[in-house]
Parts: sequence; structure tokens; C-alpha cells
Amino acid sequence: MTRWTPDPSFYASPRDALGAPPEKLAYVAAFDRTATRPDAIAVLDVDPDSTDYGTVVGWTDLPNLGDELHHFGWNACSSALCPTAPHPHVERRYLIVPGLRSSRIHVLDTGPDPRRPTLVKVVEAKELADVAGYSRPHTVHCGPDGIYVSALGGAGGADGPGGIAVLDHDTFEVRGAWEADRGPQYLAYDFWWHLNHDVLVTSEWGTPSMVEDGIVGELLLGRKYGHALHFWDLRRRRHTQTVDLGDAYQMPLELRPAHDPAKTYGFVGVVVSVEDLSASIWVWHRDGERWAATRVIDIPAEPADPDALPDLLKPFGAVPPLVTDIALSVDDRFLYVSCWGTGELRQYDVRDPFHPVQTGSVRLGGIVRRTAHPARPDLPLSGGPQMVEVSRDGRRIYLTNSLYGAWDDQFYPEGVGAWMAKLDVDPETGGLAPDPRFFPHGDDFRGRRVHQTRLQGGDASSDSYCFR
Amino acid sequence: MNWPHLAGLVALGAFHGINPAMGWLFAVGRGLQEGSRRALLAALPPIVVGHAASVAIVAALVAATRSAVASTLVAVAAGMLLVGFGMWRLLSRRHFRWVGMRLSQGQLAGWSFLVSSAHGAGLMLVPVLLAGPAPAVEGHGGHLAAAPAGALAGLAAAGVHTAAMVAVATGCALLVYEVVGVGVLRRAWFNLDRLWAGVLLVAGLVTLVDAAA
Repeated sequence: MTRWTPDPSFYASPRDALGAPPEKLAYVAAFDRTATRPDAIAVLDVDPDSTDYGTVVGWTDLPNLGDELHHFGWNACSSALCPTAPHPHVERRYLIVPGLRSSRIHVLDTGPDPRRPTLVKVVEAKELADVAGYSRPHTVHCGPDGIYVSALGGAGGADGPGGIAVLDHDTFEVRGAWEADRGPQYLAYDFWWHLNHDVLVTSEWGTPSMVEDGIVGELLLGRKYGHALHFWDLRRRRHTQTVDLGDAYQMPLELRPAHDPAKTYGFVGVVVSVEDLSASIWVWHRDGERWAATRVIDIPAEPADPDALPDLLKPFGAVPPLVTDIALSVDDRFLYVSCWGTGELRQYDVRDPFHPVQTGSVRLGGIVRRTAHPARPDLPLSGGPQMVEVSRDGRRIYLTNSLYGAWDDQFYPEGVGAWMAKLDVDPETGGLAPDPRFFPHGDDFRGRRVHQTRLQGGDASSDSYCFR
Repeated sequence: MNWPHLAGLVALGAFHGINPAMGWLFAVGRGLQEGSRRALLAALPPIVVGHAASVAIVAALVAATRSAVASTLVAVAAGMLLVGFGMWRLLSRRHFRWVGMRLSQGQLAGWSFLVSSAHGAGLMLVPVLLAGPAPAVEGHGGHLAAAPAGALAGLAAAGVHTAAMVAVATGCALLVYEVVGVGVLRRAWFNLDRLWAGVLLVAGLVTLVDAAA
């Protein structure tokens, strides 16, 4: 059913979205690494005035085993106000929740009881394969003409190419593959766009065989994982340009375009350089009529005693930062960078995207450091800041600690456990600190590992805007 | 064209003009994107041309057919078409789908034509067109010969409608761009789609009742 007035969580411009009220609930993907219990969406109370603040207040199990929930998104967002085909009277209501391993796409309804989402539809792997030719669905964005879902793998036994499938806005049925002409693109991972410029950007991780059983050392040292960005004509669905970062820069993952619709730059994090195990942040930008990418942040590896390292890293005697997620505040001012290996979340002032200035750092977990949370100083933490989500007003940062089942086991062989943290930000001066009242962990997540967080009403990586 | 006829055309023009989905919001978006009122104003003419073309086709068809065929038949057919279209607009959850923000002026006119046609902007005018005075038939030329004159009357009606539409759309665009800002959209954007479907339905019923009378 449509509404009489626009969904109150839609904002025409990023500037308006900054004034959004603080979220009261957070949805977190929780998966069972052993695949013996169902994965779930956990609902957390994030209202500081609530007596349940910082606890799991809702839990929706999925019907199958072994889905490996990872990323997810909303059925609709602020792009519904975009002027070419405005439809702002739909509701931001359904969570589109892919199983990265099972290739099922779940639709959960948060309308009747936001604390207890109910499963209303499952798109089976077969439908995604038959109609779009893809498997291993990953990123979800509410697009101009449907719901866009990126996928790592091909179908019918094919490892690739990965790409983007489009789901119907209303029925959530798979409409087909998005690409009309994919050019040389084969590897897939994340995608987002510059809506007002009719530009879509995609990044590269690896095909299912390259990632599902863990990171493959030979492939990494052979520089076989993804190392390029792809630019597309969003309107004509055509590949227009590949920007290769250089094959030393393995795995450019999360894409964070400027929210300001007039701007044509964005940030991408590169997990690891095979030359020195450093991680890097690049900014993509216009270079005349073409696209280019410039490396703007290098984060060096930290030397460590090999005895303290997992087998995978012993030969190197160092901990790679492993930048596995980044987030850009809605005002495009602060970039948050997760260093999952070294256990650090960094904050950079990126008002000048080519000259980031570090303004904050929080240490939690880490392969060697195991930094504890202030709420439990006695508890060394496994895993590190991984998925990072920023509230619309830019004042709160939410972190979870699992990367991806098989990879968790390699870098944290004795287990990552499960924890979530919230950091408070001073949006005027920068700087950030953990909230000692917010630290759900361990049994709170019922033995599952936690991945992406989505905030009720939207967050810094859920919405696109067409107005300045 | 008599006064009630004119008033009806102007009122529907204003109704179409005020609907953000019919184009003025696109013009505002362009203005904001470029940071200039000139970009906003430059987007309006193609939007108006597209809308006018969509409406004019229906208006000319109705007027011409009405000159040539028994008016009761036209009214019944048009009324049924309107009711059907209105029901579909009311019940369907589908919205106009379009990808692409960077359009040339020609493409922008095409977009406007499509969005107006998909919403049945021209159809909504049918009862007003049918209520207008039939074009005078001079001498014994027969009905068929009157069709061109009828079509011309239809085009005039579309012109009046479009003039009202452009005035209101320009006003809305400038008001939002210059004064209130796009933030107002999320509060004030009443679901015109439902009202729109309702107007189509009522227009169809009025046409049918008139035809039966």
C-alpha cells in the first residue's frame, strides 16, 4: 500500500538527511559458521534512553541453514524522490537479505513490528540463476527502476562473470541481469552510482572458487584477485571504462561515492598490497572526459612476532591492516576506515578528498593486539572493526567484527567470536570514542557471527540523493 | 470555447502543473545540480512541449472524432476508456520507470511526453473537451469535412490547458528553488497519484452520465 505523504525517512538532499532523527533500532546480519543453526537478523535497541539500550531485542531466524548472511539493504530509500520517476509514497519497509553462500535472497517485512521482522518471501538460488545468470548475491541498493543486487558468481556451474541482477520494486522477483554490455568486466563485488551523472561504478573481489574456501595464498601472491574499478553508463547499462589500480593492489572492495549529487568522486578501500602488506584508500575522480583513481591513504603493516601470527602470516612477520570496509559520512566530511587485521578504526577528514587528514582512531581487537572494549577491559577481543555503519547525522558509528566465515578462520584461527561496538563522534572537530554502554557480544548473538548493520530509517551507505 | 469550458481546461492545467512528477521537480533538480536558476528555466520549455504534445494528441483526436462521429458514441467510448484507465492507475502499484538524469533538451521533451502519456494527462481532459461547444458545421459539407476544424479546436483547448500547466509548474519550481527548498517535498508532497486516479475515474463517470442523459 502506498502512503499519502512521502515516507518520512526519505530526504531530498544529503543536507536534509543530516537532520534526520537518531535511529532507535539497528538490524544486524548474524550467521552460523557451522551451518547447523539458521542464520538470523538480530534487532538491536540503539536508543540511549531505553532500558534495553545496547541489547538484542529482536531476532528473526531464517528458514534454511548455511545461507551466510553478509550484506543487505532496503527495498526503497531517498532515491524514490529522484525527479525522473518519483515515487516517494512507497515505504522503506522491506529488508532485502541475500545469503552470500546459498544465493537465496530473503525479503523481511519490518512494517508490522520493527523489532520483529517477518519473512515474507524467499527468492531461491534457482530463480536468480535462471533469470539473471548469477549466484552469490552481495550488495543491495534501491535503484531508480528496481532493486539492484550485485553477485560474485555465475550460474549453472560457471564461476563467473559476476555482475548485477535487478529485482522488481514491488514483487521482488528477479527481472534479469542488469548489464547490456559488460565489456571486459569479469570479477564483481560492490557497486554504487553517481545517479545524477548516469554513472555506475563496480569493484572486484574474486569468483566463488577464489573466496569460498578461504583466501588462496597462490592467487594472492600471483596477483589474481581483483585490482580494478569499472565505470558504466547507468542509463544504457554499458561498460565504459576500466581503471586498473595496478595488480599489486589486491581487492578493491567497498565503494563510497560522495553523497553530494553534483560531485563525481568517491572512495574505495584496497584490502592489501602484495608488495608490503599495506592497505590503501583511493579516490576515483574525473580526468577530463575519462575516469581516474588516485591513491590518497597508505596504511602500513605492523611488524609482529611470527609466533603470535596465524600460519598464513607467519612467513611475513607482520600484521596487514586489511582494510575491508570503509564508510563516508552523509555530509562527505569524514571517511571511516576499518583495519580488520590490526584492529583499528580510523577517521579521516576528507573534505579535500585528495588530501585526507587523520582525525581519530579507536583500537579494538586485532590479530596481535586483541585490544579490549572499555566496557569489558578484562576481555581480549578477536576479530577487529570490520563492517562500519555511520548514522545519518554522522554522530554515531556502529562496528561489527566478522569478515567472512572462511576468512575469519584463517586470520583468527581460534575464532572471532561476535561483538558489536558503537563509537561517538564529535562531528565538529572530529575524533571518536567507544560508548562504554554499548557492547553486545558473545552469547548475546546466540553463537552467530555478526556482519553488516543497517539502521532503522537509513544510514550513510543506504541512500542516494538527487538534489543538493 | 465558453467560460466553464475554459475554466475546466485551466483547472486541469493547474492540476497537472502542480504535480511534481510532471516535470517541475526535474527542472528544480537541474537548477540545483548546476547551481543556477537559468538551468532550471531552461529545462521547463522541453518539459512543456512534451506535455503539450501528449495532451494535444488526445485533444485533437477527441475533437476530430467528435466532429465526424455521433457524439454519444464518442462519449461512451471515451468514458469507458477513462474509467478503465483510472481503475488501473488506482490499483496498480507500478510507477513510471525511467533511468537517466543527463538528458538533452530533445530527450527531456521525450521524457515529458512519455510521463504525461503514461499518467493519462490527455485523457483527463476528455470530459472537458466533450463538454465544449461542438465546432460549427457550415453548409452541407458533411461531418467528415468538419474533422480538421474540430481538431483545430482540440489543439486550442490543449494550448489553453498547457498555458495553465506551465504557469503553475514554473511557479512551483521557482518557489521550491528560491524560497522553500526541496526539504518541503517530504512533508508537503501529497500522494497525487491516488488523487490523479480518482480524477480520471470521476472524469470517466461524468462523461458516461452525460452521454446517457
